Amino acid sequence: MPSMTEAVPLPWVLTLAGALFCVGLFGALSRRNTVGILLGIELMLNAVNINLVAFWRYLEPNVVAGQTFALFVITVAAAEAAIGLAMIIAIYRARQTVNADEVDSLRG
Amino acid sequence: MNTLITILFLVFAVFILVAAIMTVTVKNIVHAALWLISSFFGVGALYLLMEAEFLGVAQVLIYVGAVSILILFAIMLTRDLEGSQNRQLTPRWWIALLVPAALFGLLIVPTVMTHAWQLPPPPAGQPPSISGAQQIGTAFMREYLLPFEVAAILLLVAMIGAIVVAFEEREQRRRVLTLAEQVRLRRQRQQQVATLPEPAVSAVQPSEATGGET
Repeated sequence: MPSMTEAVPLPWVLTLAGALFCVGLFGALSRRNTVGILLGIELMLNAVNINLVAFWRYLEPNVVAGQTFALFVITVAAAEAAIGLAMIIAIYRARQTVNADEVDSLRG
Repeated sequence: MNTLITILFLVFAVFILVAAIMTVTVKNIVHAALWLISSFFGVGALYLLMEAEFLGVAQVLIYVGAVSILILFAIMLTRDLEGSQNRQLTPRWWIALLVPAALFGLLIVPTVMTHAWQLPPPPAGQPPSISGAQQIGTAFMREYLLPFEVAAILLLVAMIGAIVVAFEEREQRRRVLTLAEQVRLRRQRQQQVATLPEPAVSAVQPSEATGGET
């Protein structure tokens, strides 16, 4: 029975997850559009999930904790997306813009 | 068979990374959201490859089905046509590039590559027991019952919170312009600019004609 644990070494999967996290971090830091920032955060959460599933599969395949944790991360990500997008819509109503550097009324 | 899995993994990895890079660099925010959806699909395929079939299905259902639709709706509600030609990245985006590149090159890759992973030895005879959807369901009803309920309350609170944040009182409600209304408004403005002298002339001429007759 071939499986991924024999075909692909664990560091490859972790490197993929790390690269995805860094791409998402770049998106969250560099975008001007607040929706673009949220897209970057979603990418980062996905990278964390890949890590969790990889650790579950390679290190503890008969313990459900890894997958359970990934499911909770998905739940929190969905809640975060809903709240974040509602905030973006509220900001757009109040200021007619979604650019993060134009929403600066708390700037000192 | 193992080489096939290796090739599949590499294909998925390249697909995920290319889609993610397009997500953060492409100019049009709608295209960015579509690239994000394809990246979610790639991650779901990777879950299936890692034999986490329930998570793969949940990924497609929740991310591809629900979160991306939410993002697309938010983009449609908040898009301004005038701003779409502007630059999408901050002026000092190279600093933002420096931080993740340093994190990846100096911290993640050296740590992951040099750490000695304590991999369990492959079982000799029988196939290894992998926890599937049935074990996850049992775990949610037994040892993870309290986190499960807390997650349910979290979703309820998030739903109510999203409604409260996005809701406006009726008397102070200002309408969010749809894309068609923005286009119409802009055309009206352009027409006003283009045809401003003509009504003045045409308004003068009839009054002069009537003035000349009387």
